Amino acid sequence: MTWETVIGLETHVELCTKTKIFCSCTTEFGGAPNTHCCPVCTGMPGTLPVLNKKVLEFAVKAGLALNGEITRHCKFDRKNYFYPDLPKAYQISQLYLPIARNGRVPIRLESGAEKVVHIHELHMEEDAGKLVHDPWLEETRCDYNRCGVPLIEIVTEPDFRTAEEVIAYLEKLRSILQYLGVSDCKMQEGSLRCDVNLSVRPAGSMELGTRTEMKNLSSFKAIARAIAYEAKRQIELMEEGKSVVQETRRWDENKDATFAMRSKENAQDYRYFPDPDVPPLEISEEYLEQLRREQPEMAEEKMARYQREYGLPPYDTQMLTSQKALAAFFETCLSLGSDPKQTANWIMGQVLGQLSAKGIEAKDMKLTPSTLVTLISMVKGGRLNRNTAVKVFEAVFDDDGDVEGYVKAHGLEQINDPEALTAAVEKVFAANTQSVADFKAGKEKAFGFLVGQVMREMKGKADPQAVNSAVRKKLNAER
Amino acid sequence: MKITEELVDYVAILSRLKPDEEERARITAELEKIVSYMDVLNALDTEGIEPLSHVFPVKNVLREDAVEPSFLREELLKNAPVGDEEAFLVPKAVE
Repeated sequence: MTWETVIGLETHVELCTKTKIFCSCTTEFGGAPNTHCCPVCTGMPGTLPVLNKKVLEFAVKAGLALNGEITRHCKFDRKNYFYPDLPKAYQISQLYLPIARNGRVPIRLESGAEKVVHIHELHMEEDAGKLVHDPWLEETRCDYNRCGVPLIEIVTEPDFRTAEEVIAYLEKLRSILQYLGVSDCKMQEGSLRCDVNLSVRPAGSMELGTRTEMKNLSSFKAIARAIAYEAKRQIELMEEGKSVVQETRRWDENKDATFAMRSKENAQDYRYFPDPDVPPLEISEEYLEQLRREQPEMAEEKMARYQREYGLPPYDTQMLTSQKALAAFFETCLSLGSDPKQTANWIMGQVLGQLSAKGIEAKDMKLTPSTLVTLISMVKGGRLNRNTAVKVFEAVFDDDGDVEGYVKAHGLEQINDPEALTAAVEKVFAANTQSVADFKAGKEKAFGFLVGQVMREMKGKADPQAVNSAVRKKLNAER
Repeated sequence: MKITEELVDYVAILSRLKPDEEERARITAELEKIVSYMDVLNALDTEGIEPLSHVFPVKNVLREDAVEPSFLREELLKNAPVGDEEAFLVPKAVE
């Protein structure tokens, strides 16, 4: 029998606000345990949560960008559960009237095929604290610094059939949220967390099978591997005539397998009810209109524009827009008068090369557009040859060093003196009569050797093209 | 809705409560009364009436996203029945 895998995703995204969702404590990562806390986020009796304006704004922006319907009359609910990661014994979330519903996210697959992923809902909620279980003691330490950090949870319909579709969606989602500036979406740091709901059914069947929910997926690679593992496990169960148990399973990266988790609750009965502490929200048309106007140009729109306005190939535009900060860097270079294609080449080759070698993201690099533009214009103006320029680039990259100063200090400026070049050619030919003879005898390889020697004589500072033609000219003259 | 002792047991588990026999009987009777009052309310025709989640006509209560100093940890931890100088301590709770 052929089986079909059906997958739906629940993605938690941490919003990059300065303060928590319901109090003015900082959301800064780290900090000594319980130092980013107050009576509100530690759930003291008598405190009153007050919604952060930015959380609402970011959630609505995300809802709009995912083509969702914004819930004009929206409120918060209490999700009750007893686990010490939330000291109130409930999480303030949204069940009945989430901020957005019925979104659509178009994705494109490797094959070029397109597909629309339907968003069931997007809601706002608070994050939980961190529990540290001491292996030696019969106690658990609670650090509530993360408690109350704002999240949006984005729930899709069970629209995915393959891991590739899941990854394509997550990449698209991450790009949209980063361009919106509502989250940095770093999986390693937990600001984008994804739970995968998966079931299998006989191909062609319309009914959904029993699903399991997988947690602890901390990279796209882990998600793809966990999907492959879990689909196989469920198919094997079905083929043995057993049934899948609806449960939460934890992905173990080291063991490459999923394991049933002991349930947080005896039953998934959260006894939701409207939170009386947080008054409802009325979203006005003016507010929505204002946020619609503020929506930035997204990666896809930028790609199309770069192709149209600068004649760049699709591959280049995809690389340039892969990170918001990179696209901004590119656009600033152009506004400083730099040539689009040359700038694109430098960014794709050198900038991305350095970023990946140093393991940092574009938004964290110190190099400024004006430094790159200076370098490009020095190459263009014949003051630096391309090879030297790459070395200068690598030297100034880390601290956005002074290009002019570096070139002067190291005497790297290109020598465009024809007399010096002629002298160098003469000298090299006189010292390498054998190579000259070899070339005349038909050994083309000798040409490269002679060019290299002249370049060396010029201490690498000559224009490679000029050296090439000078050597060629001299050989022709001798023939 | 009939409140059975099984239902009370289930709600007790969800609420992390351990009523003894006597309490269970009392709670069952009390819950029965409360829930039967809901039946009185349910008898009303509420067709076309929006559910009321807040008594006061207050909406859009929002604050600026501006950081204010957090509470002094030492003071905060005074509320912990068990704690050390850094954290709240609870009986071991492993997922």
